Amino acid sequence: MRAVVTVTGKDSTGIIAKVSNFLWEKGANIEDISQTILGEYFAMIMIVDVSNAKEELAVLASECAAMGKQIGMSIYMQHEDIFNAMHNV
Amino acid sequence: MFSNNDVLETIAMVEKEHLDIRTITMGISLFSCIRDSAEETARKVYDLVCKKAEKIVQTAKDLSGEYGIPIVNKRVSVTPVSLITAAFPEKSPVVGNALDKAAKTLGIDFLGGYSALVHKSTADYERIFIQTIPEVLATTERLCASVNVGSTKSGINMEAVKLLGETFKKAAELTKDKDGIGAAKLVAFCNAVEDNPFMAGAFHGVGEADTVVNVGVSGPGVVKHALEQIPNADLTEVAEQIKRTAFKITRAGQLVAKEAAKRLNAQFGIVDLSLAPTPAVGDSVAQILEEMGIETVGGHGTTAALALLNDAVKKGGVMASSRVGGLSGAFIPVSEDIGMIRAAEKGAITLDKLEAMTCVCSVGLDMIAIPGDTPATTISAMIADEAAIGMINNKTTAVRIIPAVGKGVGDTVNYGGLLGRAPIMPVHGCDSSKLILRGGNIPAPIHSFKN
Repeated sequence: MRAVVTVTGKDSTGIIAKVSNFLWEKGANIEDISQTILGEYFAMIMIVDVSNAKEELAVLASECAAMGKQIGMSIYMQHEDIFNAMHNV
Repeated sequence: MFSNNDVLETIAMVEKEHLDIRTITMGISLFSCIRDSAEETARKVYDLVCKKAEKIVQTAKDLSGEYGIPIVNKRVSVTPVSLITAAFPEKSPVVGNALDKAAKTLGIDFLGGYSALVHKSTADYERIFIQTIPEVLATTERLCASVNVGSTKSGINMEAVKLLGETFKKAAELTKDKDGIGAAKLVAFCNAVEDNPFMAGAFHGVGEADTVVNVGVSGPGVVKHALEQIPNADLTEVAEQIKRTAFKITRAGQLVAKEAAKRLNAQFGIVDLSLAPTPAVGDSVAQILEEMGIETVGGHGTTAALALLNDAVKKGGVMASSRVGGLSGAFIPVSEDIGMIRAAEKGAITLDKLEAMTCVCSVGLDMIAIPGDTPATTISAMIADEAAIGMINNKTTAVRIIPAVGKGVGDTVNYGGLLGRAPIMPVHGCDSSKLILRGGNIPAPIHSFKN
């Protein structure tokens, strides 16, 4: 099962390191990363495999959001199906 | 596969534009609960509803967490109770109370189906049942009632229309200390649908499976935002933009509906493609119409703009879902829509304009507060007007009107939460009682004879 992790907010050092470390600790495997910076605005979208994660997706998602708050970023983790459903005919 | 922009767009819809799944509603058939006595039937009803919908709140929470889309309401609809209590109609409140208790046990916000279908005529047990409605709505908290008084196929049952006018009055009177909230939990329908997930008019039709999951999507804010991106586009392009947006919203609903049905061990029923406003700023249908180019909703052109909106929502939604049903369209409740509230306060929107708008959108005169001294026959006449629009146009129409006891034009009723607040709107003072007291039926229109 794959999920999409979206990290947005003001750019600062170590965001990628903190987020990937967190995902590693939770047993989520990063399959793809794309990241851009627009002015001071940081946006990163990761595709992660959560099949072997230590927790259910809903729990992981709320932990991601909480971790985001700690580092001053907005982090969403969502099942990839929601994007497939909404953006493909 | 989706692009990064798609991901960011979905997140913006949720974060800034109030995209949500408005309701997951589980429809439950109560026929297997019928026993010899009201008490025993009520026990069975309570047990069945609590068992079938046991996981609805948790499932909604899980799905919301996994997909990152809020699921606002969890609800249950049941077989019209008048059919379950036909052998002891005067004791229907016993079953009504059991349903309300079940709703509280489950932690859901509303349970619909304290209903009767009397579109052709009123059977004795149904007349008695309808008379229990005001008392039941006054003594319960989460139970909703509805009565179907007409249909395109059978015409309008004017005895039921008269009875409903009185029922609205009484429901408001018995709950006058709470601004007549009893009347806000009651709907009079023409052409009621059997798979509507929205309250207060949801019930589980007799043609439905044992247990069904219906989902109502929403997202007026998303549509408004999409239109803000094309401020100078012509109306053809506006319609296309609404279709594209409705498609995306509905796809989210379809995904959640199918997954919820699977997890709740129920049949996937329908997705209801309705734009349902809430009193929150940015979650308003009225503001979409204003974005299209009307200074204040209610102005000339409102009906045309609403017709375009309603049709485009359906077209986008139908493409997106394998099973579409319910009411599907734009809702225009006054108290639940900040744009409508403002327009009513300014006197820009009137009951007459709202009636015209119901010709081209789903449902009808919804959550409108009127002076408490409005005669029951005048309320019946409003119901008759709406039912006539539904009957002639082959569509569902409804009336949910609150005669606010002790209040008049200039006052406001306030329920808070999803039901919002409504300024009291003026009603025509002329007498319609002779029409209502004639009784009988308004015959079905000629175009209903299609066999």
